[in-house]
Amino acid sequence: MSADEAITKVPARPRRHSRLRRKAVRSALPWVVIIAIFVLWEIVVRAFDIEQFVLPAPTAIFASGWEWRAEMLDNAWQTLMTTVVGFSFAVIFGLIGGVLFGSSTLVYDGFYPALVGFNSIPKAAIIPILVIWFGSGTVPAVVTAFLISFFPILVNVAAGIATVEPELKDVLRALGAKQWQIVQKVGLPRSMPYFFASLKVAITFAFVGSIVAETMAANKGIGNLMLVASSRFEVPLAFAGLMVTSIMGIGMYLVADFIERRTTGWATRGVDAARAPRA
Amino acid sequence: MAGLVAGMMVEGRCNLIRPSMNFVELNRVSVRYGEDGDGTLALEGATLTVAPGEFVAVVGPSGCGKSTLMKVVTGLWPPTAGTVTVDGREVAGPLSIVGMAFQNPTLLPWRKALDNVMLPLEIVQPHCARLRGERRAYVEKARDLLALVGLKGFEERFPWELSGGMQQRASLCRALIHDPSLLMLDEPFAALDMFTREELWVALQDVWLARRPTVILVTHDLREAVFLADRVLVMSARPGRIVAEQAINLERPRRLDATYEPHSVAIMHKLREHIGATRSGDL
Repeated sequence: MSADEAITKVPARPRRHSRLRRKAVRSALPWVVIIAIFVLWEIVVRAFDIEQFVLPAPTAIFASGWEWRAEMLDNAWQTLMTTVVGFSFAVIFGLIGGVLFGSSTLVYDGFYPALVGFNSIPKAAIIPILVIWFGSGTVPAVVTAFLISFFPILVNVAAGIATVEPELKDVLRALGAKQWQIVQKVGLPRSMPYFFASLKVAITFAFVGSIVAETMAANKGIGNLMLVASSRFEVPLAFAGLMVTSIMGIGMYLVADFIERRTTGWATRGVDAARAPRA
Repeated sequence: MAGLVAGMMVEGRCNLIRPSMNFVELNRVSVRYGEDGDGTLALEGATLTVAPGEFVAVVGPSGCGKSTLMKVVTGLWPPTAGTVTVDGREVAGPLSIVGMAFQNPTLLPWRKALDNVMLPLEIVQPHCARLRGERRAYVEKARDLLALVGLKGFEERFPWELSGGMQQRASLCRALIHDPSLLMLDEPFAALDMFTREELWVALQDVWLARRPTVILVTHDLREAVFLADRVLVMSARPGRIVAEQAINLERPRRLDATYEPHSVAIMHKLREHIGATRSGDL
């Protein structure tokens, strides 16, 4: 008994230690990579003596960002708000549309081609029209963020609902379940992993939408700030705007990722086991 | 064959006197898949009757339309010709008095075992309306049912945390939770190893003896059919018809080793011959 314990315990302890160490290394790795990129960038800029209006060094970018921090924060807030509002509309309409498209072949057959056609229009091309309709400012940015991020959500939710296993549907139909009950009990929960996967793509798209709109027709927001900065040849400030955007993007991505892991853990943990008996 | 025809005639006469005699009745049911009438003919003139509380097994060569038979009886698929009557009413759409279990457990992966078992209660009336007020009683019932099939202590596990046999047990519980008067089992044990299968046969027999639902079990395991059923129906190769039937008059509760006794073996041999005949006839 004690011999057994000794045998099982001795190799287990160092393994746990190394696993902890590996975990620490894994969580530190992204930071190491980011810092390495900045260091390399700095070295390249200094070594080749690159002009600041071509490619500013990271130190110059940080300095400029810090110098204009009040404006930066103000404009970043504006961009974040327009993006989040547009994105929220995209989530609501994407979910509703996805449920409709996924659960009704009639809706799918009728509307899908039109939707694909609409989606293939570059959203930047619509912005001038939005400006005519709404004037320049916040509204075109919100609408562009919505338009650009709505489609991937709809397609993914629809795919999740449309690909429910027929046997799963039969279980419910044999109980006399109505179509909406099947969607509620099976279709929606099953499409949640697809939904969250699409959110991660869509939130990045939403930032693209709002910033492009701000660059073209706004007097506020990170996009506008970058436009003004580059027209004044304050290239480090434009780069600082890019960095703030990317930080906001990462932040929103992490939020989506957090919600995903809290709500659809069954999908990532259960994939193998759920498929095993079917194989 | 002659026995079947005689049996049918007797049943037919009974119907005239007491129409509630049969719980399930298929009268010359044909099913053709495909919309314009030139698709696969899966069933042709299938006629069978099942008495209330009877346990009937349907065996046949693979692809003979057994699963189609299940779909027709539960109203999931409309017959192309003929009539299906369940509980005295002609089947026109999905029935809510049916519990179904398939070869795959088809549990919902985002629900724990207990919640999976309780799924039918959220859909079938009158349970659906009562569920909110009497949730505790229903949870108790689901737990009892899980305990009956040997899943005590696994109520809060997700399907992927259960073995294939355990998932299938939970699936059986789900088929039984709303006290269906008709239990349709479509090869529910086919994907399991023999020992698990035998355990579940015993569990199913216990449940059936305790509640006496009408059961139609589709299987290709003759031992399973002989162990569980009161009557075994043999289907021909596609298009499926009922070509023979065999009563199993073994005492209940049956023991597993009873399936190896000469009487049972003789029955299995006979069933085997019937199936063999349908297959060679097909060729």
